[in-house]
Amino acid sequence: MKSICFFFQLHQPLRLKRYRFFEIGTDHYYYNDFANEDSVRYLADNCYLPANRTLLEMIQNTNGKFKVAFSISGVLLEQLEQYAPEVIDSFKELVDTGSVELLGEPYAHSLSALYDENEFKAQVKRHSQKIESLFGQTPKVFCNTELIYSDEIGEYISKLGFKGALLEGARHILGWKSANYTYKHPYVDLTLLPRNTEMSDNIAFRFSNWGWDQYPLTADKYINWVADMKDGEDFMVVGMNYGALGINNHADSGIFEFFKALPYQAMIKKVNFMTPSEVIAKSKNDDVLTTGEPISWADEEKDLSAWNGNDLQGEALQKLYAVSERVRLCTDRAIKYDWLNLQACDNFYYMSTKHFAGNTIAHTGPYESPYEAFMNYMNILSDFLQRVDEQYPTTIDNEELNSLLKTINNQESQIVELEEEIAKLKAGKKPAKAKEEPAAPKAKAEPKPKKAVAKKTTKK
Amino acid sequence: MNALMFGWEFPPHILGGLGTASYGLTKGMSKQGDMNITFVIPHPHGDEDQSFLHIIGANNVPIVWKENSWDHVNSRIGKTMHPDEYFQLRDNIRYDFRRIGTDELGCVNFSGVYPKNLMEEISNYEAVASVVAHKGGFDIIHSHDWLTYPAGIFAKHISGKPLVIHVHATDFDRSRGNVNPQVYDIERRGMDEADHIICVSNLTRQTVIEKYGQNPAKVSTVHNAVEPLADRDSFQKTPRKDKVVTFLGRITMQKGPEYFVEAAYRVLQKTRNVRFVMAGSGDMMNQMIHLAAARNIADKFHFTGFLRGKDVTEMLSESDVYIMPSVSEPFGISPLEAMQVGTPTIVSKQSGCAEILDNAIKIDYWDIDAMADAIHAIVSYPAMYKSLHEMGEDEVNRITWEAAGRKVRAIYNKVLGWN
Repeated sequence: MKSICFFFQLHQPLRLKRYRFFEIGTDHYYYNDFANEDSVRYLADNCYLPANRTLLEMIQNTNGKFKVAFSISGVLLEQLEQYAPEVIDSFKELVDTGSVELLGEPYAHSLSALYDENEFKAQVKRHSQKIESLFGQTPKVFCNTELIYSDEIGEYISKLGFKGALLEGARHILGWKSANYTYKHPYVDLTLLPRNTEMSDNIAFRFSNWGWDQYPLTADKYINWVADMKDGEDFMVVGMNYGALGINNHADSGIFEFFKALPYQAMIKKVNFMTPSEVIAKSKNDDVLTTGEPISWADEEKDLSAWNGNDLQGEALQKLYAVSERVRLCTDRAIKYDWLNLQACDNFYYMSTKHFAGNTIAHTGPYESPYEAFMNYMNILSDFLQRVDEQYPTTIDNEELNSLLKTINNQESQIVELEEEIAKLKAGKKPAKAKEEPAAPKAKAEPKPKKAVAKKTTKK
Repeated sequence: MNALMFGWEFPPHILGGLGTASYGLTKGMSKQGDMNITFVIPHPHGDEDQSFLHIIGANNVPIVWKENSWDHVNSRIGKTMHPDEYFQLRDNIRYDFRRIGTDELGCVNFSGVYPKNLMEEISNYEAVASVVAHKGGFDIIHSHDWLTYPAGIFAKHISGKPLVIHVHATDFDRSRGNVNPQVYDIERRGMDEADHIICVSNLTRQTVIEKYGQNPAKVSTVHNAVEPLADRDSFQKTPRKDKVVTFLGRITMQKGPEYFVEAAYRVLQKTRNVRFVMAGSGDMMNQMIHLAAARNIADKFHFTGFLRGKDVTEMLSESDVYIMPSVSEPFGISPLEAMQVGTPTIVSKQSGCAEILDNAIKIDYWDIDAMADAIHAIVSYPAMYKSLHEMGEDEVNRITWEAAGRKVRAIYNKVLGWN
């Protein structure tokens, strides 16, 4: 019995507004609300809602035999809550059928796995909490930002309690191995599910390409390919950006009809659908798949060059992650919010010069050139860094700051504790008068140096 | 293939971009091997590089029959033309041009610059063209810029060979819309008579189509290129404390100098380690000095006066940013020259060169905020400087006259119906 495992990644960054350098230090709001609402509404109306409707219909018509997984970034969930709450409802409906699995990923769809382990863990935890609170499901399988993966990242993922992870079935790490198997992490307990690049791209990029020799792609043709897998190959993982349904392949291309026809064709060919967790539960393979260099699902190279391939991206990322520890110390909600949104990997993708020279495909998003993307981002980042610096000056190193913060934060509880002690001592005053004398000045003296410390830090 | 070209300038004696472009294009085309170019200019000095083309000085072409001995001709013009060629040309005088003032050789004394009696020179040049055209020996005629259009048209009528005109600028660029009707008339007639029109940018092509009413099918764009710098390594930036932002060109309305001053003012509000240099001279120079003083940035804003030759390249290579905020620039070669020495460049979107450059910052000439932002980014964010510095130089080294020459050749073939 052959199985096909569909997963979709959903993410939309908060668009940054045009931010000139003379606004640094005066304007602390970074987002283009109009563009954000506009793009989220566009995605909701052309992709999320019709695609969810299609998938729900498919699940209902097959009595739950059609299965699918989603990886939705926290940043997008927040925007959906604000601009298109009906999309959240429609995902709830999907999840309630029991045929839908939600995957874990870093909250901000960030590159934190590459730059800061602690930040990565914090974001993954936050994302899991968000998914739990919205949909009542705890992610068990991990799908990192743009399928970025390496052995080291696999280790983090496993430590966070995930059973499995999706990764790109990149030719250069698979070698002679087939993508249609599950594999093991070399040294931690983690099952790896490689994505079948070819079969995924057939839908995501070639479905509406008239020049493709297999055009038009029909459901029976597609299922035949799945059914024709070699003996011993039981799973095929097919994943893509959710935009493949309705954005990259417009509704007129017939993409929704193609999906609707899949379960019937699958039934004829005895192909069934599985979620990543089910694939992991059934996996028997003990082969190891290893990669020291991080891989991703981007471009031909399947590497990180789209996000940190040039000097512009290098400088922006380095400046950003240099303050991550400091930002984690702080409690200012506005700073925390901006911190997450500035990490979205799209910000760096727009700065890529990889496809720039003489290429027709624009990778610069809302910007005219990678340079403009960089300028705007750096201006905003400069303001952000200034704000962080105002709270926690860079002249104090992290450890010193940490201990000072501990003193300040514990001040209240310590005072209460000491006051209780005084009261206790006062109560026991008559039997042992001598004990009270040294205790009183000590308790009174205690808050004073602490306040001095507090003042000192804020002044700096 | 034999081409007869009419031009106005040729290096080393040049007054503007036209001469540089003529040189680059003909040199690039000569690499095709089977391309013989005869280039007519009003006044050669004898030190022109003739290794890849044949130059005819219009001031050596007789338009009125005068008897002279071979030795006399040799002593008079031998430096720039072989006397045999003089006599061959003399045999092709078919019209009576005695109304035109000539010397004892029957030649017109062209100034070769842009004199007061420019219109007279243009029509005298036309007379010279008739003699050259009657001599024949070419398959196609190519006229560079409006001054030579009348000559090209006359040569076309005489020889019956197709005419290609090369629009390096239009009067709309030079005058910000207030065109000189006489110039417009010459330009318009040249375009109407031409079998094909080559423009140096899509911007110019648009002007030609819209303002001169030309059929888009006969208007093509061939972007200019830049000659490789032979002594690149001799230009290195000296490290200094303050960053240098440079404007270089004629200080005149067309080049948008006032936007540069305003942008400088914005930048200096936030950053102190930047200096601004306005190199060149022009009718708006005093106005700019006043403006810089009025904005109270004169201590950080410097004027160099007119620069020439090696000083230009040196100035460009010593700069951290080169900026060309032209209001209307048909092509604009200087940003490419700045990029050749690795200087990050900002150009206005109203410049033709912006169409072919990726690794330069493009802004609208009136958008002072964007201009200031770009300057600030290049001087404040090291990666920005480094990327533009490296990738810009890389990119500009790939823009060759040879490729431009091949495009021109394809147009020749199309016009002639050769394939």
